[in-house]
Amino acid sequence: MHKHLSRYFGVFALPTLLAFGVAFLIPFVLGIYLSFTEFTTVTDATFIGFSNYISAFTEDNNFLNALWFTVKFAVVAIITVNLFAFLLALVLTKGIRGTNFFRAVFFMPNLIGGIVLGYIWQVIINGLLLFVGADITVNASYGFWGLIVLTNWQMIGYMMVIYIAGINNIPPQLIEAAKIDGAKPSQILWRITLPLTMPSFTICTFLTLTNSFKLFDQNLALTAGAPGRETSMLALDIYNTFYGRVGSEGVGQAKGVVFFLIVAALALLQLRLTRSREVEA
Amino acid sequence: METKSAKNYGTFLLLVLLCALFIAPVVIVLINSFKGQFYISDAPFSLPNSLTFAGLVNYINGVQKTGFFTAFFYSLFITVGSVLMLTLGASMTSWYLIRAKNRVSTIIYYLFVFSMIVPFQMVMFTMSKIANMLFLDNPLGIIFIYLGFGAGLSVFIFSGFVKAIPMEIEEAAVVDGCNPIRLFFSVIFPILRPTAVTVAILNTMWIWNDYLLPYLVIGNDYKTLPIAIQYLQGGYGSRDMGALMAMLVLAIIPIIIFYLICQKYIIKGVVAGAVKG
Repeated sequence: MHKHLSRYFGVFALPTLLAFGVAFLIPFVLGIYLSFTEFTTVTDATFIGFSNYISAFTEDNNFLNALWFTVKFAVVAIITVNLFAFLLALVLTKGIRGTNFFRAVFFMPNLIGGIVLGYIWQVIINGLLLFVGADITVNASYGFWGLIVLTNWQMIGYMMVIYIAGINNIPPQLIEAAKIDGAKPSQILWRITLPLTMPSFTICTFLTLTNSFKLFDQNLALTAGAPGRETSMLALDIYNTFYGRVGSEGVGQAKGVVFFLIVAALALLQLRLTRSREVEA
Repeated sequence: METKSAKNYGTFLLLVLLCALFIAPVVIVLINSFKGQFYISDAPFSLPNSLTFAGLVNYINGVQKTGFFTAFFYSLFITVGSVLMLTLGASMTSWYLIRAKNRVSTIIYYLFVFSMIVPFQMVMFTMSKIANMLFLDNPLGIIFIYLGFGAGLSVFIFSGFVKAIPMEIEEAAVVDGCNPIRLFFSVIFPILRPTAVTVAILNTMWIWNDYLLPYLVIGNDYKTLPIAIQYLQGGYGSRDMGALMAMLVLAIIPIIIFYLICQKYIIKGVVAGAVKG
């Protein structure tokens, strides 16, 4: 119908596309190229094949440690965040007094930025560890659980809101009919609520998974990797490789590409897995 | 019925307790911001007393050390500018791509979608160097960077809703002699307004709190709020805990105000954005 629409390309799409090219497409393509080179700025690159990738895994254990730490973190975070968020959503869809207020409070931490969150919890966790005469930099497991608590505090409200929307979308007739047929509350939960909120689970596990893998600000502010680099997650390790010392930019970029491949693969795999469990009401 | 109301009462109490637990961290920081800087790490859970109370000293120190008001202004300028550009740019691009509907527009659309799963660390180095080479390393230039880097999610969200706009409405406007620009601003954009609110809120939450992108692109010359707070960290052991507490409080206050005003839209926006995303 819009015969001359293409004439308006410059007005509608060009500015955004230019910005997209400068801020994403060119840096992305250039990043892949640079991961096969040695460089300190983007203009002095010399091709060196796969050696950056080999260095990333063999020069030291930092990257593999960060990967393992991130995987452990993601698994625990996905389980805890989604469990608590779903339980809260179940409780807050029962029509209890003050539901809106509770929902608003639980959601609030999500608006606070990662750097601020990190320092808030650093004070609290160090305060608690004072009782055993330690602080968060003493033991990597303190940092690990600190990050878990922080992430739960931040993400539970967000996921809860999505679960609430999912639960509210279930046709009330279904639950009523089940009750009339004599279904127990636990049966309603397992046979009706859970299967019909699968789309919410898809979204929430996807979001917790990718957010856990990409976590940076919180990690930087809460532990900055201490002790040593034991609590560095992937994003922080890549950052430290790039900007920690001159000459390792190529290795940093190679780690960046590997990081991208991991996140992309996980995202696609996860979507495929949970989508297949979704049912229609 | 009595057992049921007793059970509800129990749940209610549990929720109140949980709420206290959720608010506690912010309250603890608020309390500590009024204590002298050397009395915070030793006893973060005690109330200030005549010895430890420091009045507004931490706030004055913090504001001076971080240049709080300048940082606040940069954060505000960059967030408002980027969110406006993203909302406008992404809605126009989405509509154009969907309506043009040819092979090129489809490829561009999938490039936008693809960009959503690429983590920032993959492109951070090259992006900040390119921004530097193109003289985009200033508060105005970074808005352009945010437009490009945020376009993926925003275009994706808008596109879902553009597809739902009935073609008859647009055809009627075209028959009446509307050119695409007028059509977009007087017919399409008003229809997309709820989506625009969603996109604006998601981007505000992201850009206001973003640390690494502005740090790498403009961090040397212009400090946004998260950069200013991270800057307080300084060298090991030398940081001013009091100033840090005060700055955390000052950073949270605008967020709480924003939240109180737009709470309904924020929660709706998050749900709408997540369901589309």
